[in-house]
Amino acid sequence: MSELSVNHLLGIKYLNKNDINLIFETADHFKEVINRSIKKVPSLRDITIANIFFENSTRTKLSFELAEKRLSADVINFSASQSSVKKGETLIDTVNNILSMKVDMVVMRHPNPGAGVFLSKHVKAAIVNAGDGAHEHPTQALLDSYSIREKLGDVGGKNVVIVGDILHSRVALSNILALKLQGANVKVCGPKTLIPKHIESLGVTVETDLRKALNWCDVANMLRVQNERMDISYFPSTREYTQQFGVNKALLQSLDKEIVIMHPGPINRGVEITSDVADSNQSIILDQVENGVAVRMAVLYLLASKIK
Amino acid sequence: MSKKVLLSSKEIQIILHRLACQLLENHTDFKDTVLIGLQPRGTYLAKRLTTILTQEYGVKEINLGSLDITFYRDDFRRGEKTLEASKTHINFLVEDKKVVFIDDVLYTGRSIRSALTAIQSFGRPAEIELLTLIDRRFSRHLPIQPNYRGRQVDAINEEKVQVLWQENDGQDIVYLINE
Repeated sequence: MSELSVNHLLGIKYLNKNDINLIFETADHFKEVINRSIKKVPSLRDITIANIFFENSTRTKLSFELAEKRLSADVINFSASQSSVKKGETLIDTVNNILSMKVDMVVMRHPNPGAGVFLSKHVKAAIVNAGDGAHEHPTQALLDSYSIREKLGDVGGKNVVIVGDILHSRVALSNILALKLQGANVKVCGPKTLIPKHIESLGVTVETDLRKALNWCDVANMLRVQNERMDISYFPSTREYTQQFGVNKALLQSLDKEIVIMHPGPINRGVEITSDVADSNQSIILDQVENGVAVRMAVLYLLASKIK
Repeated sequence: MSKKVLLSSKEIQIILHRLACQLLENHTDFKDTVLIGLQPRGTYLAKRLTTILTQEYGVKEINLGSLDITFYRDDFRRGEKTLEASKTHINFLVEDKKVVFIDDVLYTGRSIRSALTAIQSFGRPAEIELLTLIDRRFSRHLPIQPNYRGRQVDAINEEKVQVLWQENDGQDIVYLINE
């Protein structure tokens, strides 16, 4: 139980329940560490980590970088926009060049699904998937489950609804896999055009009436409308989307129970959720951000311990 | 494998009282002193000493904490297994306090080296002392010695010292095991 079953974190689908428990227990210790006056430990002082981001990211990149620095790892950052990728260099060449500088771990975000898996088969370094296209975003799902566990005591048996753009969301897929693995009941809710066909095969149910979904759930995980991934129009207008799938204070107050509101960020305020909901006591959005650092520290620590 | 009793329950009791008295001599009312048990097994010794000091020697209040040193160890990635952390509980300030580290066995000194680094995350103590039930002399890797010791043992490297505590293992006893 004291070791991960994997050498890379490529997706939730490669993990088992023991892995998730180990990551959470380790994250508990790191959460205590990052709340001390001196938040740094020397565990990864002989490890070098490259953050390779082929896609824009603010919070995930910052969160990983902070986690790495709090573990005392040496960190190098790479953005595709300022690199030889623009000149036609292949992914393997880019990464091998970086690894020649004696890098031990690679945290990679890439627009293509499966980029992490591909890389893990061709290079000698521990790979952490920081989001691969619309496929998986495992550390986001882990920190989401960790935040639910922290707020409600356990993930197993809880009703969680994931609301919004399920079709383009790597957060949705990773969350479904993580939540189901821990025994939660999961619904997805959104416009039919943004719900993939055959999603029920993942063990989730589909609801298109937001009020019904909210009345059923303990936790509502609101997703961002990813306009940048939409090559066609999936709903008539943002205004109409908000009217049907946006959460506001009045809607929350009309429910017969208090539910937990989550959002992976960045929030389109007034679209998925209104400001008064995002900033309310029911929202654990800022807890998710704090927990993100602790969970990523745990993942990096546990993977680094397997590098010999 | 041979197993020899190094300390019986009665001998442990006597030693605990002696160590408590030695602490009392140097720290009197424990107003500026904090006791820190090192996780995992130093915490049992720290709790025992605190109980003796408060219940039998009338010390009013003792700040007792536990410190986990897992993330500060220098053998990360050098062993077979991933190092598993325990809980740290220090809900008081160590700044300008006299800190007493308490551990069951002092062997190479590397755990204490890690603890010296770890405690700095909680402030700058005025001074740090070390109390240990068993001091395995001649096996030190670092220049670290205890201020208070229960029993000094000349164990050779193949030998192992095992300390069992009533609250965790059902009895107080210390074995010298030759594997």
